[in-house]
Amino acid sequence: MASVMVGRLTFTKAEREKLAEVLWLLNWISVVSGLVLVVLGLFLRVEVQRWVELMEEQAILYVPPMLISTGLAACVINFLGVRLSLDCTDLNRFLRWKLLLLPYVCSTFCFTSCILVGALTCFSIHSTLEDSLFVGLRDAMRSYKDTDTPGRCLMKKNLDLLQLHMHCCGNTDHRDWTRIQWVSTRYLDLSSRAVRERLRSNVAGQYLMDGAPFSCCSPLSPWPCIQNQLTNRLVHLGFDRVGQQQNLWSRGCRLALMEHYTGLLRSTGLTVLLVWVFELLVLTGVRYLQTAMENLLLLGDPESESDGWILENSLAQTARSNLGIIKNLGKCYQVEVDPNINTISKKNNLPIDR
Amino acid sequence: MALMVVKFDLKKRVKLAQTVWFMYWFAVMAGVLVFSMGLFFKIELRKRSELMDNNESHFLPNLLIFMGLITCGINAFGGKICYDSLDPTKFVKWKPMLKTFLVFCMVFNALLLLTALVCFLMRIPLQFTLAEGLRNGMRYYKDTDTPGRCYMKRTLDLMQMEFRCCGNEHYRDWFEVQWVSNRYLDFSAKEVKDRIGSNVDGQYLMDGVPFSCCNPSSPRPCIQYQMTNNTAHYSYDHYTEELNVWKRGCSDALLSYYGGMMNTIGALVVLVTMLEVAVTVGLQYVDSSLSTLANPEDPESESEGWILEKTVKETFTDIIAKMKAMGKGSKVEEGGEAAAAPSS
Repeated sequence: MASVMVGRLTFTKAEREKLAEVLWLLNWISVVSGLVLVVLGLFLRVEVQRWVELMEEQAILYVPPMLISTGLAACVINFLGVRLSLDCTDLNRFLRWKLLLLPYVCSTFCFTSCILVGALTCFSIHSTLEDSLFVGLRDAMRSYKDTDTPGRCLMKKNLDLLQLHMHCCGNTDHRDWTRIQWVSTRYLDLSSRAVRERLRSNVAGQYLMDGAPFSCCSPLSPWPCIQNQLTNRLVHLGFDRVGQQQNLWSRGCRLALMEHYTGLLRSTGLTVLLVWVFELLVLTGVRYLQTAMENLLLLGDPESESDGWILENSLAQTARSNLGIIKNLGKCYQVEVDPNINTISKKNNLPIDR
Repeated sequence: MALMVVKFDLKKRVKLAQTVWFMYWFAVMAGVLVFSMGLFFKIELRKRSELMDNNESHFLPNLLIFMGLITCGINAFGGKICYDSLDPTKFVKWKPMLKTFLVFCMVFNALLLLTALVCFLMRIPLQFTLAEGLRNGMRYYKDTDTPGRCYMKRTLDLMQMEFRCCGNEHYRDWFEVQWVSNRYLDFSAKEVKDRIGSNVDGQYLMDGVPFSCCNPSSPRPCIQYQMTNNTAHYSYDHYTEELNVWKRGCSDALLSYYGGMMNTIGALVVLVTMLEVAVTVGLQYVDSSLSTLANPEDPESESEGWILEKTVKETFTDIIAKMKAMGKGSKVEEGGEAAAAPSS
């Protein structure tokens, strides 16, 4: 039965050497891109750690270690590939690597698919991010006043720094601050009538204010910041609509953080995709070189042409035969009939491959 | 008796030339470093020139840029000479100017050391510029509608937030200027009229600070108004309150920022000077070893290298004698001309 090869090409000696050179260069580029991935992973780790307390589900925490390990694996695999491609043009040196090549190609294939999965994860993770940020920010704002509760005492500082750095205010906008009590009861004069009236004015007994913390103030506003009695027009002279827009940051922190992380993840995903393309090229090149050199070995003449391919049989047949091998690995046979053991035939001293 | 004599054979001469060539390449990179440090410092000064009333002196960064460029040039030239010294035919064309080049290198190294000294000393004029600039900046904080000063508020706010400081020396500096524009004051209110009447200049002074002075680490929401009035806020004592606003003055914060930068640059320039001295000494050895060949025709003969041909004292007296001779020579010429003129 004639086998249908996948991607069959014929290589002359010069073409084989050219392939090895190109492969050498591609492997070095991939080593560099592996290093870039490691650096990117470290940078992303720092960025995620900064605001990780404000997220409820911390799925994004898995992305940096994944990047770092992928980068390191890429460096190792491609460094090995550099040595391989240097040695593989010469038949004698190829014999040293012969046994290692097929496992190397398989592991590179697995690794390349992992990179693709990683890139797709980077692009898809931002959908879960929005919800976890909403819940995280809401809880953080509720804990803003609890600067004496162990475990939450730094929440005020974190939120203030977030609003100062990211130029945002509140969860969706600054009005979120008017719906929660962000002044601790420790600093409220409970004997004062005004304070008690305010506490009674709502069901939950909270001291709600028509204002926001100082970190919501925008330095771009020409006014000295107006944080209190925001909606009372009578109190502040000349504080019209335009002034209101510039006074506090109008963007909500959820949106600000979403934009920040989505941008980071998008560029990370693109870089990982680029690395995947290089790895795919390296994989194809190594497979062709491996099959070409093995066929050269069978032919015996180092100067002759040889064929290279990606798969010896069609995809379906390769899948079936691989599945067969995996099935047989698990089965227990008696010594004489075990298909996994090569026995020497008594007739002509050749190994029988069942 | 020459200073620090070393014997050289061909192998040692080649090794010396290669080492000095290598060191010259490092020195070129050091020159690039000095240039880029000067550029970086210049950019940092320009970024905050508003806070220094656009009065800051750019002498130091310009000097660093200039010295960096000259260092690159000298070291590239020296590297070329070292490279050519391995080939006797090429070296012959450099030989006449080598002595002058070495003297020029020594003068340049002294200038580099002087630059490092300037780096350490520039802190003092900067201190005065900063204090003056910040004082004016605080006065213009409220002028957000005056062209040319409308961004002072934004600059000051961003600076106080970034450097974690408040006011010039202390946050109380804000109590002495009017930082709320008249546009936002209701002149019909009694409180406003009282305050304006309470001081000679008719300024609306308050015991409050802008929001950018607030410290996010404070456990309570920031108290920026009526800061000295303990009764205005519940459970508040302004004498013991540490975390409410930034305690540090901005002139101190900026000075330590720029001072640190200048100290680092000064230290790096000292290191670059030491490298330059080393390559100059190396080139002197190359020159002296190639001029004292036992047999000028045979490149493989032995030779000696030194730093100075005579001892330090003798070299010094030689230089003084030469300078005197030059001075006398011009006098004799003048006397000769004067004698010749009347006689003609």
